[in-house]
Amino acid sequence: MTNSKSIPEIEQEIVEDFSLFDSWDDKYEYIIDLGKKLPPLDDAFKKEENKVKGCQSTVWLVADYIGGKVIYKAESDAIIVKGLISMLIRVLSHHTPDEILDADMDFINKIGMTSHLAQTRSNGLRAMVKQMKHYALAFKGSKFNA
Amino acid sequence: MSNETMTAGEKNKVLDIEKIRNDFPILNRLVKGHPLVYFDNAATSQKPAAVIDALVHYYTHLNANVHRGIHTLAEEATAAFEATRDAIRGFINAAYREEIIYTKGTTEGINLVAYTWGRQQLQEGDEVIISGMEHHSNIVPWQIVCEEKKARLTVIPVTDKGELDMEAFYTLLSEKTKLVAVVHVSNALGTINPVKTIIDAAHGKGALVLVDGAQSSMHLDIDVQALDCDFFALSAHKMLGPTGAGALYGKKQILEAMPVFNGGGEMIKEVTFEKTTYNELPYKFEAGTPNIADFVAFRPAIEYINELGKENIRKHEDALLSYATEKVREIEGIKIIGEAAHKASVLSFVIDGVHPQDIGILLDNKGIAVRTGHHCAEPLMNRFCIPGTIRASFAVYNTLEEVDKLAEGLKKAIKVLK
Ligand SMILES: Cc1ncc(COP(=O)(O)O)c(C=O)c1O
Repeated sequence: MTNSKSIPEIEQEIVEDFSLFDSWDDKYEYIIDLGKKLPPLDDAFKKEENKVKGCQSTVWLVADYIGGKVIYKAESDAIIVKGLISMLIRVLSHHTPDEILDADMDFINKIGMTSHLAQTRSNGLRAMVKQMKHYALAFKGSKFNA
Repeated sequence: MSNETMTAGEKNKVLDIEKIRNDFPILNRLVKGHPLVYFDNAATSQKPAAVIDALVHYYTHLNANVHRGIHTLAEEATAAFEATRDAIRGFINAAYREEIIYTKGTTEGINLVAYTWGRQQLQEGDEVIISGMEHHSNIVPWQIVCEEKKARLTVIPVTDKGELDMEAFYTLLSEKTKLVAVVHVSNALGTINPVKTIIDAAHGKGALVLVDGAQSSMHLDIDVQALDCDFFALSAHKMLGPTGAGALYGKKQILEAMPVFNGGGEMIKEVTFEKTTYNELPYKFEAGTPNIADFVAFRPAIEYINELGKENIRKHEDALLSYATEKVREIEGIKIIGEAAHKASVLSFVIDGVHPQDIGILLDNKGIAVRTGHHCAEPLMNRFCIPGTIRASFAVYNTLEEVDKLAEGLKKAIKVLK
């Protein structure tokens, strides 16, 4: 599968989706729903080295590099975090390392997430984005599978 | 009971909670569009206007360095700063004011004992006993000093109900035991530990006892002479006072024999390059310019508690705790962690198939502040095989209606999460 939309286009889509909600109750219900729908990660990947540091809940993140595109898979033991990851994956997965490294991820601010989540939790969100970009950077340097 | 506690507060007064709430300005604010429900009191309590005003008053009218100047401001600042020491002495019924050492809080108090008494007294083969429900601040300093001195750190196990296994304690206790360091009230479970029994047994073997009073100071009557503890550590911020201020109580003859902690100004008598002699108690442990304003503002917090009366506070908090326990128990899938016979103000629980963090976020969205996570007591969480709990902890300004909001919030959160 390739992603025909650019990262900024997907970010814009999410911002528009969120603008339809009147309340944070609805936004959370939507995020929780995304979390429930995120496919589970194979237990084999749930290893210490795949954990994202800086999150209160446990987050595992792995990435593949296929045909010049990075493909992310992730899971968490907390559902809201899973929903947030699901959005990050929707935005960044199936793009080239360069596109991923260029992404400003401003949609997180635009949907009000950073101001709404307590500092510790939005740190966790930042830690996830950082880890995703780390993978992109590592793949960019490798010719493997490219 | 001491005279101080007899005169403190009117016995069996029914507290006017609405009036008390008006003394805490922060309770008027909205969080996420809802009136704040603050149930994170075990982390830190809110502050009454008297404390906030004292901070402003200090910087507006008194600010000067203490113990040094002969000018008016220095004298007034010193008097206000030292008046808090007398208030703390009375609050815990210590025999002498110089037994009250100012610290940044409980953590620093425990570290002070570990780094001075511990380094001087512990030897290879000695033992220090802590419990399985300690806050990290009463674990890590002992690990550090025990490792350095090749002493052994042993741990009183915790039962399924969240109480100390006292039989196991008696087995651990021996002539090798030099210190027992134990939490008075558990911040994660609410358990009130039988510290008097522990102290008497430890003294029987010649060991000293340090009581971590971070959580108990606000909720229980503290009488260090009746308890006969050797050290007692507390934090102002958990008892309506400012952050960055606290006290370590130690028995005078023990404190006098202890080596100094930090070196610097204030703690010295005479300094030459050949030899420095140290100041007397309590100043020998108080190097450098202290956190003057916060200590000055700690006194109105103590006075506020005394005014209400600990027994009256306790009665209201007990009512909140039992009502909350009952309400939470009704909710399907909830398991309470910590069902000790004697508890103070803390309700910790987990929910089947739901991560505590999700609950914390959804409650916050309703303006309800609870704590989720391991509560700085990871070994205790491991004991119960859980990554953490949801913890609601109560204070005198909380109401039964707020508990209802918590129960409603929990039900709604569980419904969307499941
Ligand atoms: C039981 C217990 N001990 C020690 C501490 C540490 O207190 P402080 O952070 O004020 O030094 C706390 C605070 O959470 C506590 O609950």
